[in-house]
Amino acid sequence: MSGVRVLVGTRKGAFILTADGKREKWDISGPHFAGWEMYHLKGSPADPNRIYASQSSGWFGQIIQRSDDGGKTWQQPGTPPGEPTTAPDGTPKGESNKFVYDTSAETGKPLTTHQWYDGTPHPWEFKRVWHVEPSIEDPDTVYAGVEDAALFRTTDGGKSWHELPGLRGHGTGAKWAPGAGGMCLHTILLDPKNRQRMYTAISSAGAFRTDDGGQTWKPINRGLHSQYIPDPTAEIGHCVHRIAFHKSRPEVLFMQKHWDVMRSDDAGESWREVSGNLPTDFGFVIDVNANEPETIYVVPIKSDSEHFPLDGKLRVYRSRSGGNEWEPLTNGLPQRDCYVNVLRDAMAVDSLDKCGVYFGTTGGQVYGSADGGDHWQAIVHDLPAVVSVEAQTLP
Amino acid sequence: MIRVTLPAHLRKLAQVDGEVQVEVNGAVTQGSVLDALEEKYPMLRGTIRDHVTRKRRAFVRFFACHEDLSHESPDAPLPDAIANGTEPYMIIGAIAGG
Repeated sequence: MSGVRVLVGTRKGAFILTADGKREKWDISGPHFAGWEMYHLKGSPADPNRIYASQSSGWFGQIIQRSDDGGKTWQQPGTPPGEPTTAPDGTPKGESNKFVYDTSAETGKPLTTHQWYDGTPHPWEFKRVWHVEPSIEDPDTVYAGVEDAALFRTTDGGKSWHELPGLRGHGTGAKWAPGAGGMCLHTILLDPKNRQRMYTAISSAGAFRTDDGGQTWKPINRGLHSQYIPDPTAEIGHCVHRIAFHKSRPEVLFMQKHWDVMRSDDAGESWREVSGNLPTDFGFVIDVNANEPETIYVVPIKSDSEHFPLDGKLRVYRSRSGGNEWEPLTNGLPQRDCYVNVLRDAMAVDSLDKCGVYFGTTGGQVYGSADGGDHWQAIVHDLPAVVSVEAQTLP
Repeated sequence: MIRVTLPAHLRKLAQVDGEVQVEVNGAVTQGSVLDALEEKYPMLRGTIRDHVTRKRRAFVRFFACHEDLSHESPDAPLPDAIANGTEPYMIIGAIAGG
């Protein structure tokens, strides 16, 4: 019988929630990596038991963890304890934690600074991995979005990571500036129909696309309007919070911007607002129903200074028309005194029929719906603050 | 044999309990002790010192024989009590909220 595995990253460890296809009874394992910030965990589409995790700490920096058995056991790739520190081929071990920006002359123009909050130049400093995105077809290839914003890739199962410098070096990188959460590359979408195409999003620079496997990039922010920047329609500078697509239709993109829910029907060449009747169009998450490409979900948040739901009511909003017309989903969600936030990587869908939808809150709840959002239950409700949620559909 | 104490998070990463011991050939300095530690436990590379600059991470401190050596030169000799294993070289995470 098919099942679901939900990977939850929190401020103080990771948790794995599993259920059969009914999605009624859940087993909870964890905390894994207790005490560490787990910004993101994600499984390989090519091998669901291969899971990558970003483990970080303000004290001890960045660690990459990998599981080859669905999250039962973990290792730092290439570094089993008690073994020689150099692999037989001469490769040094202990490199899986190493994220070093490319400054070589051969691969483009080395970038030395981006803009700081006050507009002054600031050196690029690696802080953490926000998002890991395993390749669609190769379990050993993974992309990593990091703060300060850059895109890295491993092709050896996480043992070593190398920057794809074309993104930072495409021309606007020196003008990127951090948002309140840091200058993070938080969204990576790999086009399942065109393996040379991928999308990234950076707070607060905007959205970017490559059509040649990551060598060259272009900003795709035409149509975005952000009143909080000097030129509201500038090429870059938009605080994109999340982008999602349906895998059958990867040229149709949905975006939750700082304010505004947006849609593009031409792979990001142009965007139009689809906030419609939402009570507030500020928010962080957005996702698409796995079975219905025009059904999308957001969690409206009151404002950029009040990061909690309107009126203390936690409501997911669903549009069945690709935006503009939205309905509140409340069945099973708290409708009074609720003041949690739902962070940008903390919503996911499974691909069962009916589609399962999951999201985590800064209050430590992970809510799930096994019927596309009509009914919700708190799968678990007392975790540390949830940073990320991913769902795997298991055979 | 040099004795080294690690903070709990790093003991877990290195999969050890309690103190660890490392062998240093040549002068016993903070740099040579940390080199030996990372050689024996490569999963700790980057967690105590930056991978590239080899500088101490901001929230990590080094102590030996009741002295704070965090700002001392990595090439300065450590006290004899560290070199002969009487006292441990202590790697400590700064106390901070959260």
